Amino acid sequence: MTTAIQTINLTKKFKNRTAVDSLNLSIEKGELFALLGLNGAGKTTCIKMLCCLLSPTSGDAVLLGDSILEQPAAVKQKINISPQETAVAPNLTVRENLELIARIYGCNKSEARSKADEIMQSVGLSYRSKDRAKTLSGGLQRRLSIAMALISNPEIAFLDEPTLGLDVVARRELWKVMRGLKGRVTMVLTTHYLEEAEALSDRIGILHDGRLKALGTAEQLKQETGKTSFEDAFIALAETEAQP
Amino acid sequence: MRFSAFASRNSKELLRDPLSLVFSIGLPLFLLVLVAVLNRSLPPVEIFKIENFAPGTAVFGFSFLTLFSGMLIGKDRTTSFLVRLFASPLTASDFLFGYSLPLLPIALMQAVVFFITAFFFGLPVTASVLLTLLVLVPAAVLFIGFGLLFGCLFTDKQVGGVFSLFVWLTTFLSGQWLPLDMVGGPIKKIAYALPFAHAVDAAKVALAGNYSAIIPHLLWVIGYAVIVFIIAIWAFRKRMKA
Repeated sequence: MTTAIQTINLTKKFKNRTAVDSLNLSIEKGELFALLGLNGAGKTTCIKMLCCLLSPTSGDAVLLGDSILEQPAAVKQKINISPQETAVAPNLTVRENLELIARIYGCNKSEARSKADEIMQSVGLSYRSKDRAKTLSGGLQRRLSIAMALISNPEIAFLDEPTLGLDVVARRELWKVMRGLKGRVTMVLTTHYLEEAEALSDRIGILHDGRLKALGTAEQLKQETGKTSFEDAFIALAETEAQP
Repeated sequence: MRFSAFASRNSKELLRDPLSLVFSIGLPLFLLVLVAVLNRSLPPVEIFKIENFAPGTAVFGFSFLTLFSGMLIGKDRTTSFLVRLFASPLTASDFLFGYSLPLLPIALMQAVVFFITAFFFGLPVTASVLLTLLVLVPAAVLFIGFGLLFGCLFTDKQVGGVFSLFVWLTTFLSGQWLPLDMVGGPIKKIAYALPFAHAVDAAKVALAGNYSAIIPHLLWVIGYAVIVFIIAIWAFRKRMKA
């Protein structure tokens, strides 16, 4: 398999606090990798560095052969992100939001239109295509935000808590979309829903205080900690050093 | 293509907000009509004569461009929309032009509406009006530049507050409401060290057909517009890296 993401001692420091500490991680092409951790563990900082939104204090990351430090423009062409907060243009319709992103990533008008049709169909937004984003419910806005991350056919998609605020049906629909992309798109997922990470991901990395505390499949992490449920395994791994 | 898609989005965001048009055209237009009517019924005051007040109204109207561009960027920042765009292939110049250019047609529309209204109140229909529209372009760019800067520095909620102070200062120091020659002293010096009075004066002399007097005023406005844009670009790039 080819490596999609390789981080090399990736570090981010904010004044006296180290948010990500010498992260060395390799994610394969087509893999769905879940990056888990408690609040403040460094997940979002890590994703922001990989998306060229934040410069590392030291270290580097190579995404499909391009360094985030040396070739950020090439990296940006291959990736897309669904940020933690819903990120849509409120006065644009659902279709216009999708076409905007498609065109920013290089599609012409007709390509953007057909891609928008396709993605609206797959995430169940076709019936609201003409409605302005600000009139959608929070859950539907979230769905649109995720669709905007996928419309550019990214080789790597960063999904930062994508199902936060979605109802159970919408969440399952999104799971279906993500499962369909597995193997074709490399996905880095952060989530606080542990059952989501367990159900979807090929491998899971657990961050604690900016360091990679554990890495493996959900089954491997359960075996490593001797726990029967993934939630117990996660708590055991994420809290170990927090206890006195 | 990237830049034009982004610029088109910004146009839609601005024009689909009815308050934008009400404030940017409706309010200055109301003031223009009010002053023109009062100036007819009361003993005429020099600065409120239609040929003096119409150019000032155009510059006053441009100050709303500062509000719109600042609010748009501020809102994009607070809703994470800008995070999404920063992670996209859009470059700093795509952002700069994408946020600025959609406001220029709005500025032109504002000025055209104000001058057409002014014709009904006695402003002579001459070719100088077309030149005046051209002379107002650097002023529009200046106000858009301030908006970009405010949007980079403040959140959308803060931009509203900062704008209140900004519009008060620019209106006062532009000499639209108070003749700067009458005020004199340090206030006049400050006013002419800033670009707003020059923007109004450039439009006034252009409208009066006094073409040789345009350039000195226009240079002040262009100089400030360049400086404000350079600072805005610096702030925006800093924001992109942060």
